[in-house]
Amino acid sequence: MHAVDIRLTVEGVAAGYGARTLFSAVALELRAGEALVVSGPNGSGKSTFLRLLAGLQRPEAGQISYATGGVAYTPREAAPLIGWVAPDLMLYRDLTARENLRFFAAVRGLRRDAAAIDALLDRVGLGGRGDDRLATYSSGMVQRLRYAYALLHRPAVLLLDEPTVTLDERGAGVVESVIAAQRRAGIVVIATNDPRELRHGDLVLQLDA
Amino acid sequence: MSVRSEQPVAGPAVPALRTILVAAWAVFVKDLRTELRTRYALNAMVLFAACTAVMVSIGTTFIGLRRSEEALLIQASLLWVALLFAAITGLSRGFVHEEETRTLAALRLAAPPAAVYLGKFLLNLALLAVLGLITSVLFIILVRVQVGSPLAFLLMIAAGSLCLAAATTILAAIIARASFKSALFAVLAFPLLVPPLIIAIQGTAVSLDNAGLDPVRGALQFLVAYSVATFVTSLMLFRFVWEA
Repeated sequence: MHAVDIRLTVEGVAAGYGARTLFSAVALELRAGEALVVSGPNGSGKSTFLRLLAGLQRPEAGQISYATGGVAYTPREAAPLIGWVAPDLMLYRDLTARENLRFFAAVRGLRRDAAAIDALLDRVGLGGRGDDRLATYSSGMVQRLRYAYALLHRPAVLLLDEPTVTLDERGAGVVESVIAAQRRAGIVVIATNDPRELRHGDLVLQLDA
Repeated sequence: MSVRSEQPVAGPAVPALRTILVAAWAVFVKDLRTELRTRYALNAMVLFAACTAVMVSIGTTFIGLRRSEEALLIQASLLWVALLFAAITGLSRGFVHEEETRTLAALRLAAPPAAVYLGKFLLNLALLAVLGLITSVLFIILVRVQVGSPLAFLLMIAAGSLCLAAATTILAAIIARASFKSALFAVLAFPLLVPPLIIAIQGTAVSLDNAGLDPVRGALQFLVAYSVATFVTSLMLFRFVWEA
């Protein structure tokens, strides 16, 4: 039994930049408890596909929808259900990790006290570094904080673009546990070329350059 | 603080007004904290205003400007020129900085569009309040501006600043993704700000000459009405700019 009854439907989706088409006629359906791995060479559109799912970009053709409780939502409408981790997800460098998380909790209308923020920072391996500004963080620590940002609102859909990039072995272990937990809570979509991460997918979408 | 379900949400809901206001305050506090730490906008704005006041002071000393209706209009015009260009220097930073540091995506996914507009508007208003105060004091000291009615003068500066904040916030959002941001900001802001600036200059000149609020009441009403119209229109249109 899964925490949320959610379905992701992608119908005939195409995307590109200018005259160059990255992919077209992509169609699939995912339900809670399922994981999709998007794979393909550099420039094949893996990150773009995840941005479409997150509602950060519109497809050139086709439709993407999330359905829960019998109601369908566009990706933009479904933003409160979505957690997104990607190399181009940037948080505020002039704020501390704790200030970043408190800010994003507030704008999402969530109540997260200091203990909840600490627990989240501990979960991603940043316990004790919450009061440091991001400007002083290594790239691996920033990647860990991206997970805290994405998990803050306990999303039903988790979109992970290159999930272990810049992470050490311990960080990769955190990602493993996050993916396992998310499969119990909803949907996971992973864009990767790492053979170790391909095994997470119940479904694999292969994009060609 | 408004609370959504602590369990994974069953479906996305339209944010309540209270949630939007709490989120707007969070955006304002975040931007203010960042601004106080980096002073990206404030330093540029205050430097511009101070340089302008000093240059105007030197120029008017050479001219030997005597107190007359024309002189008051010139002083009011120069004050608003300093305020306008200092504001244009700094007020686009809110959105442009989000774009340059690539934090827009994180904000777009998390915050209701109306909260983002309100938060940025509040920050611009706060920056303009500081700028208006500093510029006015500099003009009074360096340009030897004599204020007939301090209350009317302050209200004119406040109402004019409200217009500037309402108009520049939406324009900053529009140009955040464009090339040549600063130039485009000035070009787009100018036509939108000409009508209120004319009234603000006239009203400020009157407030320098007369004691009492009555002579500037009409100008104040126009500026407040213009601000409200611009603010409401911007709030309605912002979602389309934000999600484009």
